[in-house]
Amino acid sequence: MELPDIWFIAIAVLWTGYFVLEGFDFGVGVLLPFIGRDDTDRRVMINAIGPIWDGNEVWLITAAGAMFAAFPAWYASTFSGFYLPLLLILLALIVRGVAFEYRGKGDTDRWRAWWDRAIFFGSAVPALLWGVVFGNIVRGVPMNADGIVTGGTADLINPYALLGGLTTLALFTLHGAVFLTLKTAGPVRARARAAATRAAVVAVPVGAVFLAWTQVGFGAGWTLPIAAVSAAALAAGAWLAAGGREGWSFAATAVAVGTAVVTLFGSLYPAVLPSTTDAAFDLTVRNASSAPYTLTVISWVGAVFLPVVLVYQTWSYWVFRKRVSREQIDPTPAYGGSEPPPAGGGGGAGAAPGGAPRGPAPAPRAAGD
Amino acid sequence: MDALDLARWQFGITTIYHFLFVPLTIGLSVIVASLQTAWHRTGKHQYLQATKFFGKLFLINFAMGVVTGIVQEFQFGMNWSEYSRFVGDVFGAPLAMEALLAFFLESTFIGLWIFGWDRLPRRVHLACIWAAAIGTNLSAYFILAANAWMRHPVGFTRNPDTGRAQLTDIWAVLGNTQAWSTYLHVVAAAFITAGMFVAAVSAYKLWSNRPARAAGHAAGAAGREVGGDGAAPSTPAGRERELFRTTLRAGMVVTLVAGVLAVYSGDHQAKLAAAYEPMKLAAAEAHWETEEGASFSTFAVGDTDERLNVIDVDVPHVLSFLATGEIDGTVQGINDLQHDYEEMYGEGDYTPNVFVLYWAFRLMIGLGLFGVAVSALGLWLTRGRRLPESPWFYRAAVLALPAALAANILGWILTEMGRQPWTVHGELLTAASVSPGVSLGTVAFSLAAFTAIYGVLAVVEAALLWRYIKAGPSHVVPDRDDEEPGGQAGTHVPAFVY
Ligand code: HDD
Ligand code: HEM
Ligand code: HEM
Repeated sequence: MELPDIWFIAIAVLWTGYFVLEGFDFGVGVLLPFIGRDDTDRRVMINAIGPIWDGNEVWLITAAGAMFAAFPAWYASTFSGFYLPLLLILLALIVRGVAFEYRGKGDTDRWRAWWDRAIFFGSAVPALLWGVVFGNIVRGVPMNADGIVTGGTADLINPYALLGGLTTLALFTLHGAVFLTLKTAGPVRARARAAATRAAVVAVPVGAVFLAWTQVGFGAGWTLPIAAVSAAALAAGAWLAAGGREGWSFAATAVAVGTAVVTLFGSLYPAVLPSTTDAAFDLTVRNASSAPYTLTVISWVGAVFLPVVLVYQTWSYWVFRKRVSREQIDPTPAYGGSEPPPAGGGGGAGAAPGGAPRGPAPAPRAAGD
Repeated sequence: MDALDLARWQFGITTIYHFLFVPLTIGLSVIVASLQTAWHRTGKHQYLQATKFFGKLFLINFAMGVVTGIVQEFQFGMNWSEYSRFVGDVFGAPLAMEALLAFFLESTFIGLWIFGWDRLPRRVHLACIWAAAIGTNLSAYFILAANAWMRHPVGFTRNPDTGRAQLTDIWAVLGNTQAWSTYLHVVAAAFITAGMFVAAVSAYKLWSNRPARAAGHAAGAAGREVGGDGAAPSTPAGRERELFRTTLRAGMVVTLVAGVLAVYSGDHQAKLAAAYEPMKLAAAEAHWETEEGASFSTFAVGDTDERLNVIDVDVPHVLSFLATGEIDGTVQGINDLQHDYEEMYGEGDYTPNVFVLYWAFRLMIGLGLFGVAVSALGLWLTRGRRLPESPWFYRAAVLALPAALAANILGWILTEMGRQPWTVHGELLTAASVSPGVSLGTVAFSLAAFTAIYGVLAVVEAALLWRYIKAGPSHVVPDRDDEEPGGQAGTHVPAFVY
């Protein structure tokens, strides 16, 4: 095991973290129009992921940055070769990120309806396209000896990659539904449970076929048990969700997503981007990597700081561990219109029943504090 | 027009757009954290209102900074694959460090801050905004170290087999003189801008709620009391004016201090340019021929085809001093440098766009220092408990904000266009950096898509900022008289902001 192999694993870990975490917030976005019957419901859903979605997205930024640093040739060929899907993903992430922040800052129904659409498409498009992109990475693309992807967008559309896209979309939707059963209360929770079952009807068979295809077509010996665990965890997640075992079912869908990503990366190794033009042109862990010095530097940085990141991200999940319910949603929108708010208004949400703050209460200001 | 030109336009447009939000994020994060610290220390309701009011504006801006930043990171690979292949070994490391050390910190703690108002102990909540502010200011260092390396490449060798740059010393890259000098200059410029933002918003609020107008409202005669003469504020309108008077002065202090740092570090930037990128400085001065004791040009009309200036109004010796620190120092001219470069690197045009650089340089200094001057004047005019009566000061303060933003953009245009035709000075040409496999049509499509979506979002963002500014602080936190006993409603705010 040499440094490039270790960095291949590190990058797989970063993408796994990204899909496990952002997977459920994509799922919540996809389910927004289906589970969120009225504005309050939709706010319950958005607030359930509100404090954490941005931190989840940084896993993507780190994964891409790590590819750039550790495997410049991989980063260069992949990002230029998958230009259009990545462009669409970027546009989706732009409108989605802005939507979370801006939705509650207007006060007309039309305003919110537009941002709801942005959240839905901004979540569904990347959920679908990431599967297409990774399906194609595993399958390989037409690429010449200089590492330049010569195929067009049409080459990216093939049954295996499309199945991959459908898998990520369905899987993330299921993962998101299960997350909502765990993190919300009241009608949203009830509907999320029904939605989980429905998503599972697609996710389980599609996911199983995709995993089997990956294993048979591209897999290594050791990826077989991983792929099997992924399929089993997927089925178990759906079953546990139906039975109301919310914590366990979320753990199961998280394992399903994580092991599916491991299966994909495992099937890829030791190539990082295979060439369908000629196997001699494959980008591999060896020929695409940075020099040992760079890898050593970033290894130190990663070894010291990734654990720190994990600690404070876990802490932030802990702080926001309580379920979100309708009662906690302040009926007046964040922006109160042009009249002054009623005396003492603008507050109240945190004090509502069920929303009793965990930390010390919003301390009444002691004199001289 | 080929894919290269469009890729350059796209990079230019998207980074400039990203950098409209960046200086405000860098400066406002610290200003908001300081306001909250003031609230924590003194318990004055006014500071809580100011924290929340400017905090809201900060978040509206922050969201745009985040989403436009991801585009930048992907773009290196998408449009500039050969560049990425060449530099990844060196350049990728600071980028990865930025994500791991800074972006995680920033995004996680911003989430905790937004949603943590009534879930976290007060001290911890305060620490969250400081953590986010530190993350933001740290992120700037890494990305600027990467950028500085492109202007003054250090700590690497060219691998003879692959032809690629290979990192040999990370400390040289992170400790690059150009990196910390640029960092000081950019952060100074960011604080000028953020300070001016706070001052401009405060000036606008003070002017639009001036007592003459407020007198017509419920405040009645009481509004008059809090005019320029500094009577104790005892009405909601009076308290609001008091609040904005405080933030006006705070913003101007920030701008003034940052202004001094910007001039100091800007001078250093010019010296480094003279040493590492003499062509950039010569072009920024429209300085065609090598001279000793060169003059600083204040206004010139040049002929870029004949490569000389037709009209030039100079200040003698200043350019030599700026570039070398000695009034008789030698400053190389564009024509000689062009000649030298051809000898070193072969035939080609090594002269950047002189017209753009010349004016970008002057306007950067002029527009940026305009806000600094307004601040110096404003601090004098508002001394004691005074507030100026005439509209001119308020108008100037509001105008200084777009001027400061423009100065930031022009500074980057100077830096980046001045480096042309290189992406990595002396190592890699821009023309050799672009993605060979990406077609003109594809880049045209993405350029159109980004421009359209950025255009729409700019309007939405501006409209939101405007609404929140107009609505004022009492919409974010209800007004409360600090003297009133038991008036606690104001400290209580919704936990679920989205
Ligand atoms: C001098 C500072 C500076 C400069 C030159 C740049 N940025 Fe930036 N960037 C920031 C300062 C910053 C910031 C202040 O830290 C931001 C702005 C708003 C924010 O959330 O963080 C940010 C956000 C931001 C994000 C989103 C982070 C998140 O999700 O929290 C990414 C991925 C990048 N940037 C990447 C880039 C790249 C690849 C650049 C090079 C072209 C670049 N930035 C130029
Ligand atoms: C955020 C502030 C920045 C602004 C406003 C900015 C602006 C620009 C502009 C206007 C160009 C086009 C120049 C031309 O084609 O003539 C450009 C090019 C470029 N910049 Fe920047 N830049 C910024 C920061 C950075 C940073 C931090 C980096 C690297 C980390 C960077 C890397 C590049 C690269 C690779 C190009 C290549 C395209 C070219 O040279 O034409 N820029 N930038
Ligand atoms: C006397 C005042 C100033 C001087 C002498 C000065 C000088 C310079 C120089 C020489 C550069 C180019 C650096 C390079 O490419 O190597 C630069 C860049 C820049 N300037 Fe200034 N500047 C001054 C004031 C300002 C002000 C007031 C602002 C903004 C409010 C500003 C914003 C910028 C920015 C954002 C850059 C690009 C980043 C960088 O390369 O440092 N500058 N400045």
